Amino acid sequence: MTDEPKELRCEDAIRLLFDFLDGELDHDHGEAMDDHLNTCRACYSRAEFEKGLKERIKQTGGATASDSLHDRIKKITNDY
Amino acid sequence: MDKREYFAANIGAHLDRLFGAAMRLTRNRADAEDLVAETVTHGLSKIDALREPEKMLGWLLRMMTNLYISEKRKAREKHAHESYREEADSDEPAFSLFERLHQPFLLWWGNPEQEFLNKLLGEDIEAALNELPEQFRVAVMLTEIEGLSYQEIADSLNVPVGTVRSRLARGRSLLQKLLWRQASERGLVEADEGSGDD
Repeated sequence: MTDEPKELRCEDAIRLLFDFLDGELDHDHGEAMDDHLNTCRACYSRAEFEKGLKERIKQTGGATASDSLHDRIKKITNDY
Repeated sequence: MDKREYFAANIGAHLDRLFGAAMRLTRNRADAEDLVAETVTHGLSKIDALREPEKMLGWLLRMMTNLYISEKRKAREKHAHESYREEADSDEPAFSLFERLHQPFLLWWGNPEQEFLNKLLGEDIEAALNELPEQFRVAVMLTEIEGLSYQEIADSLNVPVGTVRSRLARGRSLLQKLLWRQASERGLVEADEGSGDD
């Protein structure tokens, strides 16, 4: 993004929302998003929903490595 | 403690994360364990390239993704006559759960979006993730679950950052469409003309 961030319109905020939530916006655009979300109820609600969904998706990432995998890896590191 | 000793001493603590990521990629327990073992072996062979040992988990996750994608690419080249599930039609409009659920007139009396999230089961999300075409599933998984940056994902997949953004956008849209369809089938939401089946 090379354009100077100005006061964001809702369509811009929606377009940039996932970049914002993923931490991929530069400082100035991030601040512009913060300002918009602090003043726009609709976009704030959308951001909160997408943030909540991201969190639920992240929670599905849990898994437990089996004892046999632990043993297999220990053997690899010992034998290497 | 040299890098290899550090690696051997700390790899056990990262196995759950590595195995979880491998399960997301392969969707199969035995293949996931093989992928973890292959990643560890490869990591040991490249240990001198690990600049910051305390960041070995991220380094190994990127390596694992690269190994997985390389294997898939070789398998596709071997079976070139088989159809490969290409990215979904790029003309398909983006699907948004929020736009399906949000009812601004409710104001303080209800929050259908939050209710939807509350009713969403982990197994619903896992099932929807597993249904995604591979390119989208990998991008969504690496961002949402592993927390890699767009650049890190681009480096792992050997594609431009723009391609990562595109796959994420389409992957998220399709994931939300699949979650909507599941919710409709369970009667949690009313399927309408925007049922997500179009």
